[in-house]
Amino acid sequence: MSILEFDKVSYQYPSEDFDIIDALSFRVEPGSFHCILGVSGCGKSTIFRLINGLLSPKAGEIKVGGAPIAGRKRYCGYMPQKDLLFPWRTVGENVALPLEVAGGLSKAQRQERAEAALAEVGLAGCAGKLPGELSGGMRQRAAFARTMLTGSDLLLLDEPFSALDFLTRISMQEWLLEQWQRLNKTILFITHDVEEAVFLSSSVLVVEHTPIRTLTEIPIPAPFPRDRACLGRPELVELKERLITLLRKQVRP
Amino acid sequence: MKKACKANLPALIFLFALLLLWQAGAMEMDAAYILPTPVQILQRLWELREPLFLVHLPATMTVTGIGLVISLALGLALAVAMDASGLVRRMLYPLVVVSQTIPTTAIAPLFVLWFGYGIWSKVLVTVLITFFPITITVYDGLRSAKVEMVELLQTYGASRREIFKKIKTPCALPYFFSAVKMAVPMSVIGAAIGEWLGAKSGLGYFSRRMMTQLDGAGVFAPIVLLAAAAMLAVGVVALLERRFVRWRGES
Repeated sequence: MSILEFDKVSYQYPSEDFDIIDALSFRVEPGSFHCILGVSGCGKSTIFRLINGLLSPKAGEIKVGGAPIAGRKRYCGYMPQKDLLFPWRTVGENVALPLEVAGGLSKAQRQERAEAALAEVGLAGCAGKLPGELSGGMRQRAAFARTMLTGSDLLLLDEPFSALDFLTRISMQEWLLEQWQRLNKTILFITHDVEEAVFLSSSVLVVEHTPIRTLTEIPIPAPFPRDRACLGRPELVELKERLITLLRKQVRP
Repeated sequence: MKKACKANLPALIFLFALLLLWQAGAMEMDAAYILPTPVQILQRLWELREPLFLVHLPATMTVTGIGLVISLALGLALAVAMDASGLVRRMLYPLVVVSQTIPTTAIAPLFVLWFGYGIWSKVLVTVLITFFPITITVYDGLRSAKVEMVELLQTYGASRREIFKKIKTPCALPYFFSAVKMAVPMSVIGAAIGEWLGAKSGLGYFSRRMMTQLDGAGVFAPIVLLAAAAMLAVGVVALLERRFVRWRGES
C-alpha cells in the first residue's frame, strides 16, 4: 500500500487563471526518500501545501496511508523552509509544540519526550536554551526534532537546508540520511539543488514543466548508506548533468 | 543597577546643570509668583505635603488608575476583535483613528457639564486620550504574528484559540508593554487636564487653585508630583516587562 497517493489532483490559485497543479497523479511507497526537484516558483511547494492541508485541491483526491486526508489532522509532519522556532519559547518548549497541540500528555511527559527527541538529534542539554543561542544547523536539527514529535510516518521537508552555509548544509545532508535510515520514515524533500537531490534520494521526482501534470521519477543508481564520495562516480555525474539540462530548459534568464 | 547609574550619569549631570541655571536665573529675576526657583518649589512641596499627599495625589491616582483600567479593557477588546474579524476591523479601525482628531482638551469642558465635578468626567478624558495608542499598538502586535508560524501550528492541528494563545499573545506582549508605557504618562496628563477644567480635588485642581492665588511655587509643586508619579509608574511597568518579556525583535 502506498503511504501517499495523488489521484488526478488539481489546484488553482485564486489570482491565477490556470491550474498550477493539473490532474497530477503519483504515489510514494513507505520508507522511501524522494526529493521533489524543480526550479523556483514551479509549484513544488504547492504540492506540499496540498498534502499538509493548508490548501484544498480543486479536484481529485489525496490519500495518506490509504485514507483520504479531508477532515483529518496530524497525518504528516511538515517542516518549513525557515526553522520557525518561536523566539519566546525555550528550545525544549518549541520541540514539544506538536505534543502540546495534540494534547493528552502532562507537562512533565512532554518535557521528557522533547528532551529525548533533542538528544536523538544531537542537541542533548539544549532544552533550556532560547533559539537565539543556537547556530543555524542546530536550529534546523531542533526543528527536525519538533517535526519528529508530530509522530507521523510521512515527513515533508521543504528546502530545510537552503538557508545554511555550504559546509553546514552538506553535513546536515549526511546527518539527515542517517536519521532516515535509523527512523524508518518516509521522507519527501523539496529542493532546487540538483546535487542535494541526487545525494539524498532513492529516486528524484522532477518537475519538468509548470503547470505540473506529471512528476518524472528518476531512480538514483547508488546504494545506501552513501557518502559524498559516491557523487564523483561517472554515472551519478552524468545523471546530475542530465538533470541540470532538464531544469535549465525551464529557466529564462 | 550600578551599570544603569553609570549609563545615565551624563544625563543626570546635564539635568543638574539645567536646574542650577534655573535656580540662578530665577534668583536673578526675583519674581517667585511667576518663576519660582527649584529650591522654593521643593520647600513648597514640603510645606503642602499634607493636602498634596493625603488628598490630591490619591484623587488624581484614582482617576488615572480607573481610566487606565477602562482603557486597557476597551483597547484590548477592540484590538482582539479587529484582529479576529475583517468586518469588525473595517468597521472600527477608521473610527478609532478619527476619534484621535477630536481635540480632547477642547471638548473636555462638555464632559464636566455632562458628568459633573465628580471623577467620571476626568476618567472620560483619560480614557479618550489613552485608549487609542493601546488599541492600535496591541492590534499591530497581534498582526505581527508571522503567517508561517500560524500555518505551522495549523499543520499540527491547532484550533484558532490555540493559535491565539500560543502565537498571537506572545507576539503582542512586547507591543502591549510599549502601549502601557506610553499610556501611563498620557493618562496622568488626561487626569490633570480634567481636574484643571473643573473638580473638587486632585493635583490638577490644586495647581489651578494655587495659580489664582499667584503662588508660583504652589503651581509647580503638584506638577513635580505628577511627573514623579508618572515616572514611578512607568518604572514599575518596565520592571514587569523585564519579568515577562524575555525576547524582543528577534525574527
